[in-house]
Amino acid sequence: MSILLSNISKNFGQFSALDHVNLEIPEGELVALLGPSGCGKTTLLRIIAGLERADEGRVLLNGEDVTDEHVRNRGIGFVFQHYALFRHMTVFDNVAFGLRVKPRKLRPSEDQIKEKVHALLNLVQLDWLNHRFPDQLSGGQRQRIALARALAVEPSVLLLDEPFGALDASVRKDLRLWLRHLHHELNVTTIFVTHDQEEAMEVASQIVVLNHGKIEQKGSPSEIYDHPSNDFVSRFIGQTNVFHLEKDDGVWLKSAGMSLDDARGITAHVRPHNIAVVKQSDSVSSPVFLKDWQHLGATIRLELGRDGLNGSGKIIYAEMPNEQFKQLELAKGDKVALFIKHAHWFN
Amino acid sequence: MSAVIQTKNNTKQQAALHDPTWVRTGLIAIALGFIVLFLCLPLGLVLFEAFSKGWTAYWSALTQPDTQAALKLTLLTALVTVPLNTVFGIAAAWAITRFEFKGKSLLTTLIDLPFSVSPVISGVIFVLLFGAQGVFGEWLMAHDVKIIFATPGIILATLFVTFPFVARQLIPLMQEMGNEEEEAALSLGASGWKTFFQITLPNIKWALLYGVLLCNARAMGEFGAVSVVSGHIRGMTNTLPLHVEVSYNDYDVVGAFAGASILAGLAIVTLVLKSLLEWKQSDR
Amino acid sequence: MSQSNIMPGFKPALGFTVVYLSLVVLIPLSTLVFNSFQLSWDDYVAIITHKRVLASFRVSFMAALIAAAIASFFGVVVAWVLVRYTFAGKRFFHALIDLPFALPTAVAGIVLATIFQPSGFLGKLLMDTVGVQVAFKPLGIVVALIFISIPFVVRTVEPVLLEFDTSMEEAAASMGASRVQIFSKIIFPNIFPAILTGFALSFARGVGEYGSVIFIAGNIPYVSEVVPLLIVTKLEQYDMEGATAIALSMLVVSFLLLFVINLLQLWARKRSGQL
Repeated sequence: MSILLSNISKNFGQFSALDHVNLEIPEGELVALLGPSGCGKTTLLRIIAGLERADEGRVLLNGEDVTDEHVRNRGIGFVFQHYALFRHMTVFDNVAFGLRVKPRKLRPSEDQIKEKVHALLNLVQLDWLNHRFPDQLSGGQRQRIALARALAVEPSVLLLDEPFGALDASVRKDLRLWLRHLHHELNVTTIFVTHDQEEAMEVASQIVVLNHGKIEQKGSPSEIYDHPSNDFVSRFIGQTNVFHLEKDDGVWLKSAGMSLDDARGITAHVRPHNIAVVKQSDSVSSPVFLKDWQHLGATIRLELGRDGLNGSGKIIYAEMPNEQFKQLELAKGDKVALFIKHAHWFN
Repeated sequence: MSAVIQTKNNTKQQAALHDPTWVRTGLIAIALGFIVLFLCLPLGLVLFEAFSKGWTAYWSALTQPDTQAALKLTLLTALVTVPLNTVFGIAAAWAITRFEFKGKSLLTTLIDLPFSVSPVISGVIFVLLFGAQGVFGEWLMAHDVKIIFATPGIILATLFVTFPFVARQLIPLMQEMGNEEEEAALSLGASGWKTFFQITLPNIKWALLYGVLLCNARAMGEFGAVSVVSGHIRGMTNTLPLHVEVSYNDYDVVGAFAGASILAGLAIVTLVLKSLLEWKQSDR
Repeated sequence: MSQSNIMPGFKPALGFTVVYLSLVVLIPLSTLVFNSFQLSWDDYVAIITHKRVLASFRVSFMAALIAAAIASFFGVVVAWVLVRYTFAGKRFFHALIDLPFALPTAVAGIVLATIFQPSGFLGKLLMDTVGVQVAFKPLGIVVALIFISIPFVVRTVEPVLLEFDTSMEEAAASMGASRVQIFSKIIFPNIFPAILTGFALSFARGVGEYGSVIFIAGNIPYVSEVVPLLIVTKLEQYDMEGATAIALSMLVVSFLLLFVINLLQLWARKRSGQL
């Protein structure tokens, strides 16, 4: 089901959580609402769900205005940040809840419920836990049960609030991929909230970047990464080096191979992998030297020190494949020359 | 060398958390001595005095009409006040923990008010309202309605003193619980009542029982407030605690302690259930 | 109104709460205030500065103060022992702490009077050994109020001790602190706000206590007559003005105490960084 948000605003007292947000999400997408904490992403998700009411604006699901519709009539599935599993019910009863509270006319028979719940538990690969209580499950298991419970009512939209926030790093990795595959299988329009840009890049087909209650950019992971539309998005997605033309950086950028004639702004953002590093012999004067380096697995991150004009040292990060780093045979303190391959310009 | 330091550190740590034996025994002795003197002894004495003239005297003291009437009035009072204050407690906790509104903290403070009012004053205010010289005194007299020195007064005074018990148990618990589970139920299509009965109630049931238990103990045992409004009419407006007082003042020791033994039994049942409930709650 | 949109039942729940609160608590309580307006200021002052009234206030306050102090000391010891040590019957003793909450005050009153009267079990013992009479003296009031106060102190200190991070003690010990230093510099400052709250709660309850006191007090005017009893006496003499004036003064005192307790709790939470 497609989702259309028009002009959504929401204030909490003086604080403006959402400021005239417009967003359209086509059917079948897997969308990440990404932003720092307090940016309004969870509020936006709760407004779509009907758990919260916007001060202004309309919510349309599949073209139908549901702004005044109660959450129970919106046909959404919501997975809460801390799962909100019913502690006094078994896993089975938790998943069956949404079916059992249907009005008598629409309620499936107990046999049908049983069949359906087991099917869902099989889908999340946890049917063997159906007699357990939530307290007896691990974090990752709770997460999947919460998802099964939300899916039981056959929602047309699936909404997840920080779905992996409370999990261990390794479990989180597994569940991310699992969610992606599940989405492929079910093809339900899915929106999840996250503050982790890596998670958004890895899972989502579309990313919506939010900051201070406004949408900064919307697009596919590669669009967002390769063409950040503003300073905030560029800094928030991935690591970036920031250079200010108006400060002393201009001269230096030129020396690093940047042509400043076509500069489209006053700050240049350069991704670490867009900086090439070459070893210099000691005789050549170069302000840049290798301060330290870290092994990130397939790539190496170089921490480059630069003696500024006014003596203010600045760290520049560059990244290169492992192999290449070995070939350079760099040691700490070695002088290096840089070549900037690509930069994003902002005002 | 390092091994030596290790063991030294260990003993030091042990010493940090474990007091020397003489301190432990000393403190335990003081604490238990205090508990035995101030708590066990009084409790034991009730039974001792009640049976001091034998089982028959005890039994006849319990079965005499005045005691029976007092027992009935006490039960009636609890039967009316506890459910009313329970419903109130749930409604108040729901309103306070599930919604934001102006004056919320004032409301929370006002609910606790009866706890900080002396029991005697809790009785006096109803005398001032409904007594012969009270605000509604003349009107009540003219219409032949008796509140003070009658059962309604006793119930009102008891309602007042037991007012906060249930709400007080539920508010912190429901605050802490948050409403995610209820939101989840609503998002799955449950109605308001279904959400309350299937999600909220099972989650708060032990705290609710706990509150009801304390409320009931106070309702059956209240003395000061009830004593002011009752008028001490034997067989009519004496609750069990008042009956104990009257018997004691008449030097009817067995009668007083027989009545007291029932109330002490109630206290023991309350304590046992309370411990069980605390155990249940911590289990959650 | 972040939650009010979606959760059901706001209006009926709040409506019922406010109406019921007004009927059962606020309207009756305000009667006391309105009734006292019928008194002139001079009459009011004359009533509450009467020697017998002042004496009863002194008796109530002093007894409550002393009892709260004694109960605080023993309460802390009891809480400490219950939290930190294991011994046989601990569960039983733990449950027994709440007895003063559960036992009707009249029962407590006659039992304590029976124990401490000159012919009673402890009364005789104290009389014979140290020559002190407890019952029917102001000391009797203190004893009754200690009984009432026990759970207030224990139940406020106990949770703080339970949650107390023992690694702080270990850290102090690792820096060479002795056990006594650890208690006075680490543990005590952390439980002090709770002790103070327990003390204030006991004190507030003690000032207004009636049932457990009147049997053991002797109720001699100017000596061992407490304020609540004086109110009842005035009422029985159909002295409505007297009863109203004294009751109002007591109510004001109770609210001041309540206010102080709230401030204490706020201060305690601030200190422990929860605010």
